[in-house]
Amino acid sequence: MAESKTPIIEIKQVSKVFKLQDQTINALHDANISIRKGEFVCLIGASGCGKSTLLRIIAGFEEPTTGEALMWGSPIKGPDPTRGMVFQDYALFPWLSVRDNIGFGPTSRGLGRALVKETVDKFIDLVGLAKFANAYPHQLSGGMKQRVAIARVLANDAEVVLMDEPFGALDAMTRERLQDELLDIWQRTGLTVVFVTHSIEEAIFLADRVVVMTPGPGRIESDNPLLLQRPRDVASPEFNDIRRVMSAKLHSHHGKKAA
Amino acid sequence: MALVETVPPPAAVIIEKPVGKTPWARVKPMVLALIVPALLLAFWHVATTQRWTRLIPTPYEVGEYMIDFAVGGIYDDAFSGTLLTHLFASMGRVYGGFALAALFALPLGLMIGRIPTARMVLDPFLQVMRPIPVTAWLPLSMILFGLGPRSAFALVCLGAFYPILLNTVFGVRSVDPKLFEAASMLGCQGNAQFYKVVLPAALPSIFTGLRLGLGLAWFVIVVGEMTGVPQGLGAVIMDGRTLSRTELVICGMIIIGIAGYISDRIVVMIGNRLLAWSPTHHG
Ligand SMILES: Nc1ncnc2c1ncn2[C@@H]1O[C@H](COP(=O)(O)OP(=O)(O)O)[C@@H](O)[C@H]1O
Ligand SMILES: [Mg+2]
Repeated sequence: MAESKTPIIEIKQVSKVFKLQDQTINALHDANISIRKGEFVCLIGASGCGKSTLLRIIAGFEEPTTGEALMWGSPIKGPDPTRGMVFQDYALFPWLSVRDNIGFGPTSRGLGRALVKETVDKFIDLVGLAKFANAYPHQLSGGMKQRVAIARVLANDAEVVLMDEPFGALDAMTRERLQDELLDIWQRTGLTVVFVTHSIEEAIFLADRVVVMTPGPGRIESDNPLLLQRPRDVASPEFNDIRRVMSAKLHSHHGKKAA
Repeated sequence: MALVETVPPPAAVIIEKPVGKTPWARVKPMVLALIVPALLLAFWHVATTQRWTRLIPTPYEVGEYMIDFAVGGIYDDAFSGTLLTHLFASMGRVYGGFALAALFALPLGLMIGRIPTARMVLDPFLQVMRPIPVTAWLPLSMILFGLGPRSAFALVCLGAFYPILLNTVFGVRSVDPKLFEAASMLGCQGNAQFYKVVLPAALPSIFTGLRLGLGLAWFVIVVGEMTGVPQGLGAVIMDGRTLSRTELVICGMIIIGIAGYISDRIVVMIGNRLLAWSPTHHG
């Protein structure tokens, strides 16, 4: 890999403190990550360990309390189309059809009508929803909604796709299918993906690197490059070896706490 | 590419309303809806023909009077053939007052919902004014606007105002915050979000407010027209009472009911078309 290049995303000593009336919450403490263009990074950890907070800082929805979040070396200031977010609960615009949801970004950025249509058609096809172009979100299944949400950020030229437990609410079959599709898109487009999950298996199936986080205060415990060949087979012995190691890393922390 | 044909067949089913209903299934709602009115009519008929009460005319007499009221030619009194005149007078005030109320309540509601300062300035005042019933405004309205149509108009306007305002505020304030984040990461930020997120998201609530407001406008019209207007269905009802012409009172009531109902159905139809995207909005 090209170590010399500037990382697309860099998180430097980032901490995030939420102040409520009667308490302060250290959601994230001294986090450091550097992500290269085209990498597929999974964040994994128990709930409350700051995964969403970290993702939202990268998205620009939250500012770090201390430290810096950089994209291509410049500070991230607010949300931007170059960093698209895919939410667990889809957050589609219910009053827009599939077509108009996907066209929302291109339209907002002021692309001409013809160009918007061309872009939308391309990405509707990419996620296999051509037949549902005119359906409204409430008429779609969860898997289809999440396809629209993915197409929506891709159609907007996102370089980095941030996904917060995007498949967590889907049934196992749909989840596996979407994992395959996501990998396929990622491999063909050279996107950078930061993907939050609490499934070890999902992380190992998808990621180039698995970042393990631990709670209280939320921090990055370890950063694990996966050298497993793609396409990966969840039933292979190698896969299971890695799963065992990751599982130990995740649970060592709980063990310490209980002791 | 594997991607293109990956729509899972079971998930791909769009929920549709069943087509090809049997004839019975189609008329059933209407039949069921007519049971209570039919029973009431039968009871009314029996009660009046059997002389259980002499205070109310029989349905037949009211029906006959309704025809005279509508087209004349039976009694030929001061009210014969004047139904449309009175109906249009009332409709003018209902829709006029309603439109004026919407004109004030919508922008005000959007402001209170979106701008914290506007909320802090206006909300306490409006909350105190709101419990004052329209009927309590009647005397003041008569002092301010005199005896006549302007007073009726003002009361209708006041009656329609609060439902529109409150539902607009509610709609604007309950937009899912995720949608703002989604819009801003897609490049729609600042004031553009008002038109592209707030307004459409609040539309179902706004619509509910308009529907309730229009219903209340019909509700208030009788009170409004008690202020000494010469024309209008409320005036007809008041005149009927003063002249002890109960059939006139009942005719007026029936017409207000039907006009209000038709008016509501039209609004609901517009709503269903405009809000086809909203799973919870089917009147
Ligand atoms: N906006 C917020 N206000 C206050 N506390 C928050 C906020 N967002 C997150 N937190 C707290 O920060 C901690 C980390 O949350 P989060 O990043 O959502 O964790 P995860 O996604 O790993 O489950 C939790 O204790 C959570 O309650
Ligand atoms: Mg989370």
